[in-house]
Amino acid sequence: MMALNELEQGYRKLRREKSFTAELKSTLADFVGRPTPLYFAERFTNHVRGPRIWFKREDLTHTGAHKINNTVGQILLARHMGKERIIAETGAGQHGLATATVCARFGLPCIIYMGAEDIERQAPNVQKMNLLGAEVREVTSGSATLKDATSEALRDWVTNVRDTFYIIGSVVGPHPYPMIVRDFQAVIGRETRRQARRAFGKLPSALIACIGGGSNALGMFHPFVSDKKVAMYGIEAAGKGLRSGLHAATLSKGKPGVLHGSFSYLIYDRDGQIILPHSVSAGLDYPGVGPEHSYLKDIGRVMYHSATDKQAIEAFEEVTRLEGIVPAMETSHALAWLVRNSDRFKKGDNVVVCFSGRGDKDMPIYDRWQREKS
Amino acid sequence: MNRIARCIDESGAGKLLVPFFTGGFPSMRQSMRFVEIAAGAGADMIEIGVPFSDPMADGPQIQYSSQKALDNGVSLKSILEGVATLRKRINTPILLMGYYNPLLAFGEKRFMKQASQAGVDGLIVPDVPVDEAADFKRRAEEHDLSTVFLVAPTTSEDRIKVIDNNCSHFVYAVTVAGVTGARRGFGSDTFDYLSRLKVQLRKPFVAGFGVSSPEAARKLVRFADGVVVGSALVKTIREARNRAASEKDVARFIDSLRRAL
Repeated sequence: MMALNELEQGYRKLRREKSFTAELKSTLADFVGRPTPLYFAERFTNHVRGPRIWFKREDLTHTGAHKINNTVGQILLARHMGKERIIAETGAGQHGLATATVCARFGLPCIIYMGAEDIERQAPNVQKMNLLGAEVREVTSGSATLKDATSEALRDWVTNVRDTFYIIGSVVGPHPYPMIVRDFQAVIGRETRRQARRAFGKLPSALIACIGGGSNALGMFHPFVSDKKVAMYGIEAAGKGLRSGLHAATLSKGKPGVLHGSFSYLIYDRDGQIILPHSVSAGLDYPGVGPEHSYLKDIGRVMYHSATDKQAIEAFEEVTRLEGIVPAMETSHALAWLVRNSDRFKKGDNVVVCFSGRGDKDMPIYDRWQREKS
Repeated sequence: MNRIARCIDESGAGKLLVPFFTGGFPSMRQSMRFVEIAAGAGADMIEIGVPFSDPMADGPQIQYSSQKALDNGVSLKSILEGVATLRKRINTPILLMGYYNPLLAFGEKRFMKQASQAGVDGLIVPDVPVDEAADFKRRAEEHDLSTVFLVAPTTSEDRIKVIDNNCSHFVYAVTVAGVTGARRGFGSDTFDYLSRLKVQLRKPFVAGFGVSSPEAARKLVRFADGVVVGSALVKTIREARNRAASEKDVARFIDSLRRAL
């Protein structure tokens, strides 16, 4: 608790300081490559035959996903708080990569906890993290995936709390983390507001984003929460189907529970033991979800739906061929839901999809899927 | 009167020995047998760990024993049944230690009632922070269950007071920043911190996390009112050749701790 209080105080003080906001802004501009474009997906729009579809291009950021917005913010915070050692957890490796990248940029030692299963599945990201000078520590406890890597990072943090900063990767974990990560990701939604006005003279009719822990979605949604006319859809991973037991659809199928220091929707069995999530995209493979999403669900502000592995793979192929942009497998879930639900929107509606990342990292997954199919 | 209150009353200046066993490790029956052996060998109170799939405050030994227990199909329900059976044979205070989600899934009210009926005397739930614990504490006390919260070397003085006030009978002091698990020894910073606690706390406190030997226990009770030993017992059980040897080793280890205090 001491560390969480220290973090909250440090953050509340810092976010009002001009020197900090200026440093964050220039790093986001020159190192990350912000603002990212709001792109009109013309051929995809014609294909879907419904609303006008726009992509908020987080795939064009440095390291290829929205994750870097948060790691840049948190490492600046760590530096201002005088912390000398950085740790993080990662599942697919995107957050680990984004953390290793900012650690190299700012010259801080970096330890990444990663499940043994994921290390094997995501070898190219492990190589990149090593190249960047990070130490990737294999986690073999429990199911050896993201939730166990998160537990291990928390264990490291409580042990080395005086000199270590834990850069958490999504809007999960104990307060103030969900708030801090949301604030650093909210740059996505703020830019989208400005760009929407410029591109079509008003706010979007709807926003759509994929949800694992939910950081890209909350970053997109947060600046629009009080704009009642903007509909919002969060799309979870239905894996092999919501009734298969093999999914990561926490908000659709979970119950309120406690994991990693937050009270939120969670998937667990009758005895309260956490059930292993399943998704073709490793980035959505978390048994919990950010507590603010749970709140937005309960008050009915955001609608949460899901897309299966198969639907996501189909959208992955379609969008790549129609737009010449390879979406991340996570993003493909949001796209897949839109393809199937375009009739919910009127013809002239402007719908923005948070294009959370690029799919280069998913080529091995796609390759395996095709081989298993044939 | 709650058994814990009586135990502390009667201990006087004597030091409290609190062994921990993971419920259901290596089997349900065997873990309850260890509790009985510990009671016979001079334990003052006994903690029974309720296994959880994601024990984030625990080191490798208790992670291992928890996973084994879950693989054996152990649940909160079977542990309560185990305690109820045990209660017919021993009168030593029993505390359940575990994470909140299994309690939540069981139903907090229902759990408190059944735990009390089974003969549980206290609860230690590290992921229920004292700030969020008002309802939890009220419900526990309605069923005469003692609440125990943890202080750590990093806990502020103000917070130590709040924790002191919210513990029913005694406070659990974590020896060093970190997770459970045997450490080679404790440095002077641990002893400085424990001697500070002695002044700051009004209630008695036991020191736990990383107590691996009778010597370590003896050093800690120069400042603390007792010690908790958990991971070292799991290790003892894991390293024993067979069941009979594990019982003998546990009895011998508890006995050596008892004599060291």
